[in-house]
Amino acid sequence: MSDSDTTLGEIRAFEPARGEADHPHSAIMRFGADKPLQLDAGGVLTPFQIAYQTYGTLNAARSNAILICHALSGDQHVANVHPVTGKPGWWETLVGPGKPIDTDRYFVIGTNVIGGCMGSTGPSSLNPASGKAYGLDLPILTIRDMVRAQAMLVDQLGIEKLLAVVGGSMGGMQVLQWAASYPERVFAAFPIATAARHSAQNIAFHEVGRQAIMADPEWRGGRYLAEGSSPRRGLSVARMAAHITYMSDSSLHRKFGRRLQDRDGHTFSFDADFQVESYLRHQGEAFVDRFDANSYLYMTRAMDYFDLAADYGGVLANAFKATKTRFCLVSFTSDWLFTTADSRNIVHALNAAGAPVSFAEIESDKGHDAFLLDEPEFFAITRGFIDAAARAVGVS
Amino acid sequence: MREAARASSGARVDLLLIAEMVQPGSRVLDVGSGDGELLELLATTRGCDARGIELSREGVNAGVARGLAVIQGDADIDLADYPDNAFDYVILSQTIQATRRPKWVLEQMLRVGSRAIVSFPNFGFWRMRLDLLINGKMPSTENLPYRWHDTPNIHFCTIRDFVDLVDEVGAGIERAVALDASGHPVRFNLPWAVWNLLGEQAVFLLSRKG
Repeated sequence: MSDSDTTLGEIRAFEPARGEADHPHSAIMRFGADKPLQLDAGGVLTPFQIAYQTYGTLNAARSNAILICHALSGDQHVANVHPVTGKPGWWETLVGPGKPIDTDRYFVIGTNVIGGCMGSTGPSSLNPASGKAYGLDLPILTIRDMVRAQAMLVDQLGIEKLLAVVGGSMGGMQVLQWAASYPERVFAAFPIATAARHSAQNIAFHEVGRQAIMADPEWRGGRYLAEGSSPRRGLSVARMAAHITYMSDSSLHRKFGRRLQDRDGHTFSFDADFQVESYLRHQGEAFVDRFDANSYLYMTRAMDYFDLAADYGGVLANAFKATKTRFCLVSFTSDWLFTTADSRNIVHALNAAGAPVSFAEIESDKGHDAFLLDEPEFFAITRGFIDAAARAVGVS
Repeated sequence: MREAARASSGARVDLLLIAEMVQPGSRVLDVGSGDGELLELLATTRGCDARGIELSREGVNAGVARGLAVIQGDADIDLADYPDNAFDYVILSQTIQATRRPKWVLEQMLRVGSRAIVSFPNFGFWRMRLDLLINGKMPSTENLPYRWHDTPNIHFCTIRDFVDLVDEVGAGIERAVALDASGHPVRFNLPWAVWNLLGEQAVFLLSRKG
């Protein structure tokens, strides 16, 4: 006991996010040996825990619950100050009192997915078998595993049917998986800027990030937490590469152009002469302070493996056969990571399955990140879709 | 697109006429669904499973906020993505003149649905003819206020032209109604030539032949 406490203390000094791994600043649902999590990779994860936040009040009929699924680097802190960064929640633009997803009306649940590093069981959690962080001893996880764990949490919260499941990017993959795995438990599904399978190009970008992490000598075969090191450079480079894919050329150009950073001319060196360089370096550095490198490996892998059609005989429509869930999909014009064509592919499958589906392509030059930013048209359609679902269910 | 005569319910007369042609409980696709007025009418008064395709994001937003299923898309392209016989009716209301490929659109409608309903402004309406004859300029009316160089309407037709197109795609006409300038059906069972003159707009219920 005292041994593991010491380990935790040491780890905190190296890795601020590590402190959240076992003792997060949020609610935790623990699942003991009686409730193991079945994994796609085979075997079970037990015991395990899910860290989550809730906002608003569950009504008497338990009919106003909305589950928010986070993207690759997100967490359960959807609409509250982040305990590590001190910054607003990642979706405070969209979720909150009077916001498009109105916490005065709806009971909103944000979870940290399995494999994360903010309190749900992940590679930085203590492995009860060894008393040290799991590292790579944690089995590979899939999007379906994440959703299976979320369903167990929703069960524990006493909610039979969710008014809506909402999420963008990797969160959108979870929304699709929810609708496929538990159609009777999802009244409305809102997958944003996502795809039914991860493309080869996206897998390629992820591989660059993973290789950057694993090439860092401080990664130490994934045992860095137990050995008191931290692959900061590798994770930072992974984030820098990924961050480029979240923006568009025009948004990068508008923000930075070829402007120089704190200097009048080129230094003719490899310093960060350009503003865009120091911006990326800053993004990479800031990410290291709140995210765990192994979690990054596990989550990118989960996205890479995601191919919903493959789970249903290669026909995506079969994933949604006879579904009663109503869908609304949104894409953004300048998103080249998850394109409008990706969303349309899902729309076609839903049409073929006879599912009620809406779709809008939002004009934006902000790239994939648009779904996290202030986009009035996106907010309008979100509010419209969620409120119409609430009316249909009879939520006042 | 237009604020034609409205019945006491507040709905456009041509939309009420279309809704009345649809069997209750049918699966319906409204191509160019606008703000979702017809979709809502079909869902609430006819109990239909009604879906829409709409080009404008404002229209999609309005439809989604009404709780309808509306997909942002272009009839000229997206109809190809729908499976055969996915719907009982495919509706094109006051939109065919704005499509790039009217014939292709009509063929797709009759592939995706077993019946098609098409309403359109009749360019053979006497006032249009008179306008062109007297002024020598492209007609511009209250219902079609656009100028020739700044209009979404690129393929105007007359009732006669449309009937020819229906023949060409091998469809059958189950019902046809012409509405006069005040939105009333042209009363008598008159020959096409008279309809073509007096009808300010027309609504056709078509079915696949064979």
